[in-house]
Amino acid sequence: MSNNKSEYLINRHDNQYEVVIGLEVHAQVTSESKLFSTSATKFGAEPNTQVSLVDAAFPGMLPVINEYCVKQAIKTGIGLKAKINNRSVFDRKNYFYADLPQGYQISQFKDPIVGEGKVILDMPDGQKEVGIERLHLEQDAGKSIHDLDPKNTFVDLNRSGVALMEIVSKPDLRSPDEVNAYIKKLRSIMRYLGTCDGNMQEGSLRADVNVSVRKKGSKDLGTRCEIKNVNSIKFMQMAIEYEANRQVDLIEDGQTIDQETRLFDTKKNETRSMRSKEDAHDYRYFPDPDLLPLEVSDDFIEKLKSEIPELPDEKKKRFIEKFKLSPYEANILVSDIETSNYFENVIKKSDVKLATNWIIGELFAALNEKNLEITESPISAGNLSKLINLIKDGTISGKIAKTVFEQMMKGDKDPKKIVEEKGLKQESDPKALEALIDKVIDDNRDKATEYKAGKVKLFGFFVGQVMKVSGGKANPQLVNEILKKKL
Amino acid sequence: MTIDLKTIKHISKLSRISVDEKKAEKLAGDLNSIFDFIEKLNKLKTDNVEPLTSVAETTLKLRSDEVKSKNLRDQVIKNSPKENEDYFVVPKVIE
Amino acid sequence: MSDITKQSLSELVENIKSKKLSSSEVTEAFVERSDKSKELNTYITEDYANALNKAKRFDEKPNLDLKLPGIPIAVKDLFCTRDLRTTAGSKILNNFVPTYESTVTQNIWNEGAILMGKLNCDEFAMGSSNETSFFGNVQNPIDNNLVPGGSSGGSSSAVAAQLTPITIGTDTGGSIRQPASFTGTVGLKPTYGSCSRYGIVAFASSLDQAGPMAQNVKDCALLQEVISTYDEKDSTSIDFKRNEYSKELTKDIKGKKIGIPKEYRVDGMPKEIEDLWKKGIEYAKDCGAEIKDISLPHTNYALPTYYIVAPAEASSNLARYDGVKYGFRADGENLIDMYEKTRSEGFGAEVQRRIMIGTYVLSSGYYDAYYLKAQKVRKLIKNDFDEAYKKVDAILTPSTPSSAFKIGEKTNDPVSMYLNDIFTVPVNLAGLPGISIPAGHDAKGYPLGLQIIGKAFDEQNILNIAYAMEEKINFKNNITDWWIK
Repeated sequence: MSNNKSEYLINRHDNQYEVVIGLEVHAQVTSESKLFSTSATKFGAEPNTQVSLVDAAFPGMLPVINEYCVKQAIKTGIGLKAKINNRSVFDRKNYFYADLPQGYQISQFKDPIVGEGKVILDMPDGQKEVGIERLHLEQDAGKSIHDLDPKNTFVDLNRSGVALMEIVSKPDLRSPDEVNAYIKKLRSIMRYLGTCDGNMQEGSLRADVNVSVRKKGSKDLGTRCEIKNVNSIKFMQMAIEYEANRQVDLIEDGQTIDQETRLFDTKKNETRSMRSKEDAHDYRYFPDPDLLPLEVSDDFIEKLKSEIPELPDEKKKRFIEKFKLSPYEANILVSDIETSNYFENVIKKSDVKLATNWIIGELFAALNEKNLEITESPISAGNLSKLINLIKDGTISGKIAKTVFEQMMKGDKDPKKIVEEKGLKQESDPKALEALIDKVIDDNRDKATEYKAGKVKLFGFFVGQVMKVSGGKANPQLVNEILKKKL
Repeated sequence: MTIDLKTIKHISKLSRISVDEKKAEKLAGDLNSIFDFIEKLNKLKTDNVEPLTSVAETTLKLRSDEVKSKNLRDQVIKNSPKENEDYFVVPKVIE
Repeated sequence: MSDITKQSLSELVENIKSKKLSSSEVTEAFVERSDKSKELNTYITEDYANALNKAKRFDEKPNLDLKLPGIPIAVKDLFCTRDLRTTAGSKILNNFVPTYESTVTQNIWNEGAILMGKLNCDEFAMGSSNETSFFGNVQNPIDNNLVPGGSSGGSSSAVAAQLTPITIGTDTGGSIRQPASFTGTVGLKPTYGSCSRYGIVAFASSLDQAGPMAQNVKDCALLQEVISTYDEKDSTSIDFKRNEYSKELTKDIKGKKIGIPKEYRVDGMPKEIEDLWKKGIEYAKDCGAEIKDISLPHTNYALPTYYIVAPAEASSNLARYDGVKYGFRADGENLIDMYEKTRSEGFGAEVQRRIMIGTYVLSSGYYDAYYLKAQKVRKLIKNDFDEAYKKVDAILTPSTPSSAFKIGEKTNDPVSMYLNDIFTVPVNLAGLPGISIPAGHDAKGYPLGLQIIGKAFDEQNILNIAYAMEEKINFKNNITDWWIK
């Protein structure tokens, strides 16, 4: 589907290599309590204060599943246009680690709750479909802290048992840019659904990145390496670039690539092999005998479907069809739920075209400059709507509106008040304007004569003078009309 | 089938149980006699049999999303072999 | 009353309710006898002082409406008890003090019972003779140097020796019924999902069930009534209508169809066992039951299946004992070194053996051949019972292939030890209820038990059959108090 212009290829000598990428995204389910226990999931709590006896794997403690987490996973599956499985099974993934108190992670191996689906990416050269292999529910592990003590590792189990959705893509991604678009789209869908807050700084969204390379045109998949637990889009992109080039170099060098797990070192910007433990991969999955198969009825799924809000793809379509937005504009406005909410609030009572331009133009630029999210915007949707109406009904000019907007950015204030207080209202009284124009013509007799003699270029000069004398408040349209008559 | 010492050492690694030569040999002997007895199952054809997942013929019950377990840090840390007020402490993890 | 400890639970309850006895008198009597019986090594942890205090408090304000008013009870050390050390018979939990209570024990305290202490058992309930306990083997009160069975060996010994009026054990492959059979007591393994597993140290999650152990069927029914509750904290707990087993207990079993499975006539079964079984059939007939021959064709495969499924689950269930959060920790140079030393020094030989078996059958390349195969055979075994129960209401078999053996007799041969569970294991694999009642003695005068297996959730029926047969059998245990000097 991709066209040649934006194709991401690695060139070595006469060879061109294509990069094949698949992602396993770990998205923290938005919920009050954990997947199998009733302790809290809040971020940033004091160490080990959100740990139940179940989370710390005390003898005789048993898992009981959180219904809300199940619903969240199904909703996400619906958002990914995926098949929801009526029956799924929880398995134990067995391995020892300090922050894995049970000695196993409860996950879904053979029978996940969600099957195949897809995500549509909007790339500069068109749309691209990325296949979803599966989505399953699993427990998060705790946190090992290695730098508090020279001889010991400290363990905080607050995260232990928090619900994660592992979303596995097909190896359909071909460039760091596509990975960027994919993560953003996934994040956007989940935020629309309220199933994951997508906060990468807090670790709510991480990914294992599978990278392989192959000669352009080849249909075979190369040996892949898995880069574990990358927690920002930027790092994912850097890791992919590094890893793809490393693999190409190996191939060009006549060497083979080992299928292995690698780490991305964010200080050195390189991937390196995790000390390979020969037995590290034998997880001995088997169905968790403390749990029964999870069964969800069609009614249960249908009810959740009915609760799904309009998602970015559908919203975009509606914006284009109903509001005649360009695909570019629609894309920007639906990209995250807060922006689209803001937009829809603004246009409730004001002109769509103006609103689109003001949001994408002035507002985004101003927010960007102050490094603010749309949710932190000093200008509320209601007041922006009022500002647009002031422009639309001719109370102020577009130029004055920018002055008012700047005032509003300093603290959300009703634009009408700003206009009144600062006397910024547009002068649209023809009589007052005539007097003003008469005075300007009178003061510039010589130029008026030149104009009448045919130097039409001077018209702009007169407009400027009138605007200047009026302090920018004169209605430019009326000024034009009257000037033409008078001259 | 026989379970050799290499296999014993491999599964002892997976089980995180240290095993010296003597123990490995004893274990190999025990496990081989146990598996001789277990191998009896191979006589049975089970190609079309669905494996049992649970004898409890019911489905998973779902609980509501409520935080009931409050801060239990004192309780949770209380039995910890190495004392620390805030954390579980283990010997350094070497990667 | 000097013979307090000789009274059955039902008698004690009646005497406390009618104020003929106080809880303190009863508790003192059992504490005193327990204290004189250290030779049996039934207790891992004694809690006598607290028990006597609780009894005193009970007597100050007795609630006589409860089902176990002021009754002292010692329980298997696999049940987590708040503020009282819980070891599961293992060094690795040697110093572990739970801050929580198992649902089953909580149910008992809620009915007025008083905890006297924690009873010895095989380490993590893995054993058939109580010889794998870190706290030493337990003596069978029947005879010196005789095993009490296992894994609930401390429990069976304590009930038979009248150190506790009743007790609770756990049964994963026969751990209640086999020791009951070895000590001339009654033990019930309820239907899987009948008693909550919350707060019980897990061995094999899909097989473990707690159950009552008592001197007679009526006491057993009463305790089952108390401990069996639906529990939201256990996802495998089943919400079914539970009977008031002791109130509904009846000896009228006329017309009940009892099946005799031909496959339980195993090769080399001692004649004594064969004879006991025949006698049992006659007793059942005398009670008015109708005897039918049935077939459970996959019986022979039950034990191998069990020795895949149970160790597999155990290998994973016991991964949490890693020296990080609680229990024993060995010094190690790094995390992995600490793990390996902790688990090697903290677990005994049998537990290590089973962890190894379990790890092996789940490991890559062997999963299908062993674990998956076993789960398929398990299905076939369950199907056998389902078929049989279309024709009969219950099944009668011997409880064990032999009577109690000498301490040390089978410790060097794991397979011969495992064969002890040959009649009990299929019941766990199918999740059914089974009860062992004492039915006779062998030539040495050691008790032998019969097992009655019921349909799922049909505890009332097998209790009734056991109750009726108990009267006909009229078994008397020969306890000579040989250990009291």
